[in-house]
Amino acid sequence: MNEPQTHTLVATVADHPGVLSRVASLFRRRGFNIASLAVGHSEEPGYSRMTIAVEGSAAEVKQCEKQLYKLVQVVSVRNLTGAPAVMRELAMIKVRVSASERPGLAEVTDIFRGEIVDVSKTSMIVQMTGAQSKINRFLDVITEYPIEEISRTGVIAIARDQVDPRNGRARG
Amino acid sequence: MFAINGQSTNGSTAAPNSPRTGGEVVCDAMLAEGVDVIFGMPGGASLPFYDSLYVYQDRIRHVLIRHEQAAGFAANGYARASGKVGVATSTSGPGATNMVTCMANDMMDSVGVVYITGQVARPAIGSDAFQEADVTGISIPITKHSYLVMDVDDLPRVMQEAFHLASTGRPGPVHVDIPKDIFLETTTEVAPAQVSLRGYRPAKAGNAKMVRRAAEVINAAERPVIMAGHGIDISGAADELLQLATRGNIPVVSTLHGVGTFPESHPLSFGMLGMHGLAYANFAMRQTDCIIGLGTRFDDRAVGKADEFGPGAKIIHIDIDPAEIGKVLETEVPIVGDLRLTLQRLLPLIEARDRSPWLDQMNGWRRDHPSLKIPDSPDSVLPQEVVRAIYDISGGEARVIADVGQNQMWAAQHYWYERPRMFFSAGGLGPMGYALPAAMGVKLADESQDVWCVTGDGGLLINIQEFNTLAAEGINVKVAVLNNGHLGMIRQWQEFFYEGRYMGSFLDNPDFAKVGQAFGLRGVGANSRDEMHDAIAMAHEYDGPVVLDLHVDRVENVYPMIVPGTGVNSVIEDPR
Repeated sequence: MNEPQTHTLVATVADHPGVLSRVASLFRRRGFNIASLAVGHSEEPGYSRMTIAVEGSAAEVKQCEKQLYKLVQVVSVRNLTGAPAVMRELAMIKVRVSASERPGLAEVTDIFRGEIVDVSKTSMIVQMTGAQSKINRFLDVITEYPIEEISRTGVIAIARDQVDPRNGRARG
Repeated sequence: MFAINGQSTNGSTAAPNSPRTGGEVVCDAMLAEGVDVIFGMPGGASLPFYDSLYVYQDRIRHVLIRHEQAAGFAANGYARASGKVGVATSTSGPGATNMVTCMANDMMDSVGVVYITGQVARPAIGSDAFQEADVTGISIPITKHSYLVMDVDDLPRVMQEAFHLASTGRPGPVHVDIPKDIFLETTTEVAPAQVSLRGYRPAKAGNAKMVRRAAEVINAAERPVIMAGHGIDISGAADELLQLATRGNIPVVSTLHGVGTFPESHPLSFGMLGMHGLAYANFAMRQTDCIIGLGTRFDDRAVGKADEFGPGAKIIHIDIDPAEIGKVLETEVPIVGDLRLTLQRLLPLIEARDRSPWLDQMNGWRRDHPSLKIPDSPDSVLPQEVVRAIYDISGGEARVIADVGQNQMWAAQHYWYERPRMFFSAGGLGPMGYALPAAMGVKLADESQDVWCVTGDGGLLINIQEFNTLAAEGINVKVAVLNNGHLGMIRQWQEFFYEGRYMGSFLDNPDFAKVGQAFGLRGVGANSRDEMHDAIAMAHEYDGPVVLDLHVDRVENVYPMIVPGTGVNSVIEDPR
C-alpha cells in the first residue's frame, strides 16, 4: 500500500493564465515527483484537463491530491491508478538507420503497431501510441539502433464507464 | 445596495452602470467588506489608486507605514483582532516584494489579508520596466490565491472573489496585482450577486456519521485530551469548546495559536503544549488514549517527534482543510468541517462522564512540575516577571502581541488568556519584526482595547521604523522591550546544542527609550525591578504610545524545552 509507485491523476482546471505555474509550483514546493504532465482542452470551454503522472506512496499521493484540490482553479481531481481507465501516450522517436536497416526497424514498428511518419537518408521517425509500458518495451527492443531523439507527450488518461448492475446505467 | 437586474451589487456605492475607475472599484469593494482601515505606502504604479483613496478618505482610513512589510503585518493584526479581512497595499516591484514575508506569514497562520499591489502599466509588463517585478509569479506558493488583473471589467468580480477567498474556509492571503492603467480605466461592470467559484467550496458541518464515530471514541476514552488550535478562534467555536470540555470533563491543552480559545484559569485548562509548552501539557499527550485535535495542523513545534506523540492514542481530527487531516498523524476519525458547526453536531452526543482519575493524574503533574514558577533572581529582572507585571496591571484585559523567539514563549506562558483574540503572534513562519506593526493593526481594529507589544530587542529593530507610524498616527500601543542584549532564542540554542559557541547572537543595541523619544514617543528605560514596575504602571496610565526599554536578565532561558526532534520524554525543565 505504501510502496512508491506511479499514480495517474486527472485534474480539471480552469483555463486561466498561470494555472500551470500554480500546479507546477505546488509539486515542486511539496516535493512531489512529477513523472509526466500533459495538459490540453477538455470537453468544456474554459476548462483544461491535466493528466499528471506522479511518483510516490499512496499516502503521499493522497496528500498531493488534496493539495491540488486546494488550488482555487482546480475544479476536480481523480486518481485513476488501479481504476478502469484508458491511458495512452504518444512518442516520436528519431532513429539513425541506414537504408539497409530500414526494413528491420519497420518490421518491429509494425509489430508494435507504430507508424513510420518520416524517412530521410540517414534516419526514420517512428510514431508510437499506446500504454506507457508498450512504448517502453518498444524502446527496449530497438536498442540496437542509435536513437537520435525522443519526444514523448506524457500519459493522458480517461476513465472507462462501467455499467451499474443495479440500474443498468453507466457510472464514471 | 443598488440593484442591477434585480440583484444586489454587493454594497457598491456606485449607481448602477455608472462608470467607475479601477481605483474606485477597489475602494468600493473594501467598503462592502466593512474594511475601514488599510495599511500601505504609495509609489509610482499605485499613484492612481491613492488618488481614489484621497476621495474615499472620509470612509477608509489609510495608515501610512514606513516599510511595506509593516503594512502586511499590520493588516494581519487588524484581521486577527477584528475578524474582518485586512488590507495592505504597496506599489509595484520593491513595494510588493517587501510584502512577500507577510504573505507567507498569513499563509502559515491562516489569516485573511488582501494584498493590493500596483503593477507597471499593461504595455510595459514583461519589458523589465522601472520597478517591475513578476510579483504574482513570486506570490503563487505563498498565497491562497492571486490575480493579475488585465481587464478593468474583471476587477469588480476579482475584488469580490479576493475578499471571499481571504475570509472563508481556511482563511489566507489573496494577492491582487493591478497595473497602473487599470486603476485609471473605467468600467460599468459590477460584482455578481454571489461569488461563483467552481473549484472552491469550503466545508460546512462535518459528516454526521463521522461525528457519531467521534462521539463513540470520546465517550469510550478514559484519558482524552482536547488539543485546541487556531481554528477554534477562526470559526468562533470557543463556546462549543467550553461545552465539550465541561460536559465530558475533558482536559484542554492548546497550541500557540489556540492560546485563549479556552479560558486559561479554568480547572480543565492545562496550558500550551509543544516545544516550549508546559511540562504537564506535554505529559498528557504521552499518556492520553484519545487526542481530540480541533482546528490544528499538528505543527512540528506542537507535536515534536510525530511517532512519539500520543502513542497508542486514538486521534480525532476536525479541521476545515482536508489536506491537514492525515498529513502529520494517522487519524482514527477524520472530520472535514467548520469547527463550530461540527462541534454543535457533536455536543449532544457527548456523555457526561466523571474522569477524575485522569484529571487527578494531570493535576499531579501540574503540582509536581510547576512550569510557570518564576525563580528568584536577586541580581536581575527576569523577562517572565515583565509579562506577569503586564498581566497584573491590565487585569488580564490587555491584548498582547508577541514577537518571535523567547519573548513569544514567555508572553504565551506567563499571561493568562481568558478569551480568543487576546494573544497574537506569528507562530508558523516566525518572522521577527512582526509584533510592532501587528500591534498597530490590533489597536486600530478596536481602539477601546489596551494593546501591549511584547518584543525582544532583536525583533524590535527589524521594524523599528514603525515608531514613526505610532507617533504620526497617534496609535496607542505600549511597547515592552524585553531587552537581554541577545538574539535570545539563538543564544539559548547555542548554549544547549552548540556547546556555548555563541556566534552572531550578541546584540550591541541602541538606547531604545531614546530612540523612541527621537521618534516622538514617550520612552522610558528600566534597569531594576522597581523601575520596571514603575515603567509599566506609567505606560498603563499614559494615554499614548510608549516604549519601555526593559533591561532583563541577559542569559535567561525559556523552560520547559523539548529537545528538537525528540519526544516529551526528553523535556528540559527549569533546573532552579
